[in-house]
Amino acid sequence: MLRLSRIQKALWIAAILASFVFAILKSGLWSEETPPTIESADFLPQFSLPDSSGKLRDSEEFRGRWLLVFFGFTNCPDVCPTTLAEAAQVLDDLGPQAASVQPVFISIDPERDLALGIDDYTAAFHSQILGLAGSPTATQAAADSFRIYFSREDDENAPDGYTMSHSPGLFLVAPDGQWLRQFAYGTSATEILADLKERF
Amino acid sequence: MKYLLAALAVSMTASAASAQSCPSWQSGDLTLTNAWSRATIGPARPAVFYVEIANAGSVDDSLTAISTPLAEMPMLHETVVTDGVATMPHVSDIPVPAGSTVSLAPGGFHGMLMGLTAALAEGESFPMTLIFERSGEVTIDVGIAAYAARGPACQPDDS
Ligand SMILES: [Cu+2]
Repeated sequence: MLRLSRIQKALWIAAILASFVFAILKSGLWSEETPPTIESADFLPQFSLPDSSGKLRDSEEFRGRWLLVFFGFTNCPDVCPTTLAEAAQVLDDLGPQAASVQPVFISIDPERDLALGIDDYTAAFHSQILGLAGSPTATQAAADSFRIYFSREDDENAPDGYTMSHSPGLFLVAPDGQWLRQFAYGTSATEILADLKERF
Repeated sequence: MKYLLAALAVSMTASAASAQSCPSWQSGDLTLTNAWSRATIGPARPAVFYVEIANAGSVDDSLTAISTPLAEMPMLHETVVTDGVATMPHVSDIPVPAGSTVSLAPGGFHGMLMGLTAALAEGESFPMTLIFERSGEVTIDVGIAAYAARGPACQPDDS
């Protein structure tokens, strides 16, 4: 009897600990939703991933330019085209200033996207968008450095039996490589443009 | 009547001068308009289907399925962004309550067209059958806009 109550106590302690862990994880997710400003950004967004020719492209090489980064997958007909279309509109509206912005599409579904081809997809939106797809490890590292979430979810109703959930925003990195902000999913091209113009 | 027809002819010419206004279809109390899709690069990636459904009646209806010769596996999906993460779960039906308008539009409800039998080319169109719980089946014509389109190529009916 005494033994059982000890087990019960242990279970209670375990449950309380688990809820603490959950709360901490949950608060981590919240900070993703409201990304830190430049003052509080204690992380450095980075990537090192191959382009379609296999050449490794590192975030370092884009210093001096603004990076507009999107994590997505090409089998995504609703969210991804919407965001990429806004990004393309921003580039068009920037005119000559677009040269100082490098839009980057990072595949979170690299295996399938490499098979389908990534360049024809990015080019359909804007010729300036650089598409990157690499190993799962390098992809995870890039996502972690941007503090963004993605995961593969089994779905028997989806093509190839799975779909991806992901952070659908656009991420802005300064010419010095510092994280600046997220444009949440649904931010209009007009708003993004106004924000960029203020920084130039 | 003569004046009305003349006015109608003028307004039609006027809208044709900019972009053709989006066609609409009736089925009982339902009016369907602003149907559009985006071009695809080849048939390997899924396509999307958007439309606006107005229910002028006094009885709730719901869209339960879609079907098109263009896709072997068309489904109803809803894009949901929760805690900054986007997913697009399958939905069994899309309610079209009495007296309201429901939009299948970017970032929300959409038809997900998987297993394409052909690529979708900009400027072309394809038939889509919508199956409603009460109003039955209605087949409409879906215009295909550009890859990067943010709305239909036709002039949306905002009325
Ligand atoms: Cu979908």
